[in-house]
Amino acid sequence: MNSLILIAVLLLFMVFAYQLGRRWVLQKVGGDRRELHSLPGYYGAYVALLCGLPALLIVALWLSFEPQIIETILISGLPTAAQALPAGELNLLISDIRNIATGNISSRTPDAAVLIAADRYNNLRSISFAAMAVIGLAAAIGGFVVARGRLQPNLRARPVVEGVVHWTLLIASVIAVLTTVGIVLSLLFESVRFFEQVSPFEFLFGLDWSPQTALREDQVGGSGSFGAVPIFAGTLLITVIAMAVAVPIGLLSAIYMAEYASPAVRSVVKPLLEILAGIPTVVYGFFAALTIGPALRGFGEQLGIGVASESALAAGLVMGVMIIPFVSSLSDDVINAVPQSLRDGAYALGATQSETVRKVVLPAALHGIVGAVLLAVSRAIGETMIVVMAAGLAANLTANPFEAVTTVTVQIVTLLVGDQEFDSAKTLAAFALGLVLFLVTLALNIIALVVVRRYREEYD
Amino acid sequence: MTELTAIPVLQRKPDLSKAQLRRRYRAEARFRLYGVAAILFAVGILALLLGSIISTGFSAFMQTEIALDVQLDPAIIDPDGARDPAVLAGASYRKIVRTGLAELFPDVSGRKAKRDLNRLISRGADLELRDRVVADPSIIGTTVTIWIKSSADIDSLNKGQIPRDVVEADRRVKDNQIAWFDTLDADDRVRRSFNTTLFTAGDSREPEQAGIWGAAVGSFLTLIVTLALSFPVGVMAAVYLEAFAPKNRWTDLIEVNINNLAAVPSIVFGLLGLAVFLNFFGLPRSAPIVGGTVLALMTLPTIIIAGRAALNAVPPSIREAALAMGASPLQAITHHVLPLAMPGILTGTIIGMARALGETAPLLMIGMVAFIVDIPRTFTDPATVLPVQVFLWADAPERAFVEKTSAAILVLLAFLILMNLAAVILRKKFERRW
Repeated sequence: MNSLILIAVLLLFMVFAYQLGRRWVLQKVGGDRRELHSLPGYYGAYVALLCGLPALLIVALWLSFEPQIIETILISGLPTAAQALPAGELNLLISDIRNIATGNISSRTPDAAVLIAADRYNNLRSISFAAMAVIGLAAAIGGFVVARGRLQPNLRARPVVEGVVHWTLLIASVIAVLTTVGIVLSLLFESVRFFEQVSPFEFLFGLDWSPQTALREDQVGGSGSFGAVPIFAGTLLITVIAMAVAVPIGLLSAIYMAEYASPAVRSVVKPLLEILAGIPTVVYGFFAALTIGPALRGFGEQLGIGVASESALAAGLVMGVMIIPFVSSLSDDVINAVPQSLRDGAYALGATQSETVRKVVLPAALHGIVGAVLLAVSRAIGETMIVVMAAGLAANLTANPFEAVTTVTVQIVTLLVGDQEFDSAKTLAAFALGLVLFLVTLALNIIALVVVRRYREEYD
Repeated sequence: MTELTAIPVLQRKPDLSKAQLRRRYRAEARFRLYGVAAILFAVGILALLLGSIISTGFSAFMQTEIALDVQLDPAIIDPDGARDPAVLAGASYRKIVRTGLAELFPDVSGRKAKRDLNRLISRGADLELRDRVVADPSIIGTTVTIWIKSSADIDSLNKGQIPRDVVEADRRVKDNQIAWFDTLDADDRVRRSFNTTLFTAGDSREPEQAGIWGAAVGSFLTLIVTLALSFPVGVMAAVYLEAFAPKNRWTDLIEVNINNLAAVPSIVFGLLGLAVFLNFFGLPRSAPIVGGTVLALMTLPTIIIAGRAALNAVPPSIREAALAMGASPLQAITHHVLPLAMPGILTGTIIGMARALGETAPLLMIGMVAFIVDIPRTFTDPATVLPVQVFLWADAPERAFVEKTSAAILVLLAFLILMNLAAVILRKKFERRW
């Protein structure tokens, strides 16, 4: 909270500096703007930037490294017995100290050492804040003084300010790259730790998935096994079911909308399909678990087939419905991009409309449709909420759509929701699964992109 | 390959018979029918989905209440008569409420029967009475008639969701409770009123005390963080890529990367948030600031892509005219091109925000899935969001949570419709075609 106030103070200071800079430079030329190199506002911005930018950078860096540094100092001040604790217990102790220091309820009754440490923690934090405030404000004032000294009517303020803006724009566009780098690094880092405990071969080709880590050596069923094949198979099964729904329906509706529907029908149906795309996936999950799952089960009972209440079929069907608009809107675009002259040529040869669509329009649009389907597959593999709510948890290796299967995303969620210990294979397995998920979807996206680019037919 | 061999035959002697023509026309009609069927299927599922949610959800907006005559005995509430708010708030109102209920059924005796009787009313009923007494201490010593919430099971019974004709062991309400309820109903002591708790309370284990306000505030705080981070960064990145970026390999890399990022599964962003923001930077779990940052990274590609499309749609002549008048490239963009592209950028942003509002999976990873009763007040308080609340309630074992879940979904959908409507209006009103 205090840091927010400090940042607000610095921002106010910048506004103030802007006004002053503007006024000073106008005073220097006696109000005659023609004497200035840049517009007066740029001089204001120049002063404000020199004043605020270094100070804000210092505060940002300070805030992002403060917790680790304070924690290190805190640990070094603890009794040696406490320092020798294993990492997990030490973390618990630290969070207890923090809770006591901030006045929250802690998990155990505090002993004297913890109370002393909590006091030290509070002390360290207030010292750190004071130091940050002093250094930040000093930087702001220093920048202000420097800017004042440099402020001359012939100062080229606009190029300087525009240079800063240019760099800011560049940094903004690099953030997307940094996000990807962050994803790859964090997944890789935790996955490597996982593969130190479980061999990659066992993970990728093992047939048995029961992610537990033993608390005691002699525990029954304590040896967890991390063979992910049943999970990949389950993901594949649900994806196949979803595509069996989404591709024909999405494609047929796209064809109908592009080739047959009157503008009036289009204007009604297109938004309806877009609503299907806008519904949150958690709603689909609720629908699958509450309506479709029991309905399929009841239907199966009448036919004498045993359908699990969390069957792959229910999750796959609903996921297929969710993906329909995805397939249809992308295919709609490519079908519309096929030149009218091709259709006219087919009609001139006496083809009916459906023959034109099947023999001329679809082959010409095939690259785009294949791309759309690949993107839809990648979407289905990465979809989480529907399967978390409607598919099972048990890793069955089966191709029977009436049984319960589990998927990569379900396992990630089950492994990571709740208590996590970052030294157990159970938690780290989620990151290994995440890495597989990321790589597979990335490959699908790139293949889709290549297919669309390479097999595009160039007309006229 | 079969078609290839068939072609020479066709070329030699095309089949122009009426039968062949009829067959082709039938194929045409069939194909058309497939298209209609596909659309009807999709629209039908949409109708089924919305219909099932509305039909289970609308009843949650009403709550059954029972009238009790309670005697506010000063000996229990305020023994020393000082009207000290702390004493008033600490008194045992549960006893008063239960006495009031027992007086209506004097012939109920035995521990088990009394327990069944007390289950007619909500466990939070004493808190409602407490709030009323603390607000107006002058009613102490009088006997007042108050409407208190029934328990969730009685509420379901009153709404006809629990069938009366099944065996007693198979339903959640016992025969004696039904009899008592019917007596109360006959005495006009039962009514249904608008369920304000749903819109003012946080989460609760008791369905009748649970509300979505906590989750709505959490969603609001999270979306503010998302908007504050993703909108400026997205617009700046779009401006850079569209107007200033040199055409080289680096720019290509950034472009491909942004398009790929748009297709990364949302749960992977959650893993990123968990590994980087929680483990590395040590930010608090379950906090809107972390959730908002993760969603901002997820929304960023959407805003950049929409922003670039909007900037690209502004004709180059406008920029060239500004440059010709002596504006610097940056002035030409910020003073002329960007304002004209703003409606398109805002439309894209609203759509991105709507997606962020409905997103659940990444937030599960960073712990926004906890059971949180308090209404969050700052960006670092533990909070949950509407879709996660839906997920939590959908998992709850009590039957009464089914209608609450549907009601929460209806509220969520209402917000989404509002946002999308705003986007459509913005597009219709300000979109210019050159």
